[in-house]
Amino acid sequence: MKVPPGLSAKDFSDVVKQWTEIVGKEWIFTSDEDVEMYRDYYSPLWHEDNDPVPSAAVAPDGVEQIQAVLKVANEYKVPLWTISTGKNLGYGGSAPLLSGSAVLDLKRMNRVLEVNDKNHYALVEPGVSYFDLYRYIRQHNLKVWLDPPDPGWGSPVGNSLDRGGGYTPMRDHFDNHCGMEVVLANGEVIRTGMGALPGSKTWQQYKYGFGPYIDGMFSQSNFGVVTKMGFWLLPEPEAYLSGTVTVPKHDDIYKMVEVFAYLVDSSIVQATTLITSPLWYVRNDPELTGIREHGTTQDLDAYAARKGAAYWSVSLPFYGPAKVVAAQWEFAKEKFSAAIPGAKFLDGASYRFPLSDEQVAKMADTVPFGIPSLSIFSMIGKNIGHLGFSPIIPMTGEAVLESQRVFTQVYRDLGSPEGEAASFPVFSFFARAFVNIYLFPIEHDVEKNRKTREIYRRLIKESAARGWGEYRTHTTFMKDIAETYSFNNHSLLRFHEMIKDAVDPNGILSPGKSGIWPKRMRTAKA
Amino acid sequence: MNMKKAAVLLILMLTAATFAWAGPPQEKDSQLERGHKVYDKWCFPCHGTGVGKPGTDALKARGQNPAVLEERTDLTAALINTVVRHGVGFMPVFRKTEISDAELDAIDAYLMRNNKK
Repeated sequence: MKVPPGLSAKDFSDVVKQWTEIVGKEWIFTSDEDVEMYRDYYSPLWHEDNDPVPSAAVAPDGVEQIQAVLKVANEYKVPLWTISTGKNLGYGGSAPLLSGSAVLDLKRMNRVLEVNDKNHYALVEPGVSYFDLYRYIRQHNLKVWLDPPDPGWGSPVGNSLDRGGGYTPMRDHFDNHCGMEVVLANGEVIRTGMGALPGSKTWQQYKYGFGPYIDGMFSQSNFGVVTKMGFWLLPEPEAYLSGTVTVPKHDDIYKMVEVFAYLVDSSIVQATTLITSPLWYVRNDPELTGIREHGTTQDLDAYAARKGAAYWSVSLPFYGPAKVVAAQWEFAKEKFSAAIPGAKFLDGASYRFPLSDEQVAKMADTVPFGIPSLSIFSMIGKNIGHLGFSPIIPMTGEAVLESQRVFTQVYRDLGSPEGEAASFPVFSFFARAFVNIYLFPIEHDVEKNRKTREIYRRLIKESAARGWGEYRTHTTFMKDIAETYSFNNHSLLRFHEMIKDAVDPNGILSPGKSGIWPKRMRTAKA
Repeated sequence: MNMKKAAVLLILMLTAATFAWAGPPQEKDSQLERGHKVYDKWCFPCHGTGVGKPGTDALKARGQNPAVLEERTDLTAALINTVVRHGVGFMPVFRKTEISDAELDAIDAYLMRNNKK
């Protein structure tokens, strides 16, 4: 049996014995075979000595059991890595950052506590998956949508705490949560926002309660164990309409993004889309390769014109009343036409809700319609896993062009075995800024993964040098990214450490998460 | 262990392996029903019929026919359990807190229901 760092085998054996009494022998895992299942299947460190392996996993069912597990962990100073559904693949999956940590697996806490389709919210436990919540809504015939991320096997609680994104108007998952219940490291239970008021009637309807708003402290952090979380849901819209805008020239990107930002910031476009260039996907034309390396933007424009291709393209999704979405698309066309000569428009998909089962069965991607799916793996699944490089960049044409140039250059410089990146797609998962999301393939191949890590770390550095920072990352890179948020001699990280030491003095909860280490481990590292 | 006890155990193990659900018909039905439910929850989103099912797509790409697991007649419990507990390709591991051993047994029974006896 592997033993957590700093514990004797005898002590850990005592811990396991006590945890077994709390959760029952079926829900504690210590054999090599069982513990192996908690490793990160998409780990960029696969087959390497420093790929984290947990010492054990303990799966409590309920707040009281969590409190009891934490009491033992405090007594023996056992590091405990909390997971919800454990499907945060690409970001560490169910594995801890610190090898030898025990995993606090909350998958058994899988109750949908409430879904309200008059005030449009849900209250769920961490082990509930997007699929579970969707099934509940269907079974009860409720007229609300959830907002799934690409793979639906994850947890609304876990994904939101990791500040994940989706595709509908509720795409910013943390922003659309409302109220939490948290077990602190000392076992105390708190409820945030209106939940602090006994008998509150509005826990999932008003976020702030009274006094400091502290929910953010429990996202991407290791300050508590979130055991319940409320979410705002979207009332089932009447209709969906999409339309594609294309513009002919390279430099049209400036005006295009300016109009796009106006539409997003005015809440006319409220959902996720991406800015792309049809030319990014032309990989095997020597003429285009030559122009990319030595030509001018005018040469690129001429190439696109000869091929009859637009230079840039963006599809705009609209959700709402049928009359309103039609008017929004018309308004968007007017704005782009007025700003960019040669802008063209193509009407896209149009739906009325609810969709029939037959319609859903034919859809390659149901996620933008609030229906969880795993279809993303049909698109990216040829590799074992993936790793997302995802810096937040300004919503400007200049930033789009600069990020493409800088990131592609890193790829060229480091001679990626996958060849030059075609593009770093530019998404609007969040309201006011773009995020580039580039997915690296992960294999169970040491050399390929080593190269990927080298490129990834260079991308982090080049990004930070230009004022761009990652929104989220795999456990392997948390330290690297936390270090880039270094204003005033890392004053924010030092503040995180102050909080950590105050709320978790024994340093038991998820050591190393987001670069935040408890004092005893910081001292040991110094 | 005396030889008689070992022989009895061996017979029991073989019986269990060969006739895993050769119990009373109701038990067999309820195990299949349970397996079907667990399959629908955990396996169908990736291995089902229709578009956007990456497990089915991946098996099809490898020349597996039929590619939909529910239509196969050659699956073994050993194969299913290995894949679920160890992962394969982009399919990750499913832990015991997700699919318990008993639920996995039910999936096995369901997916092997049409195997030639």
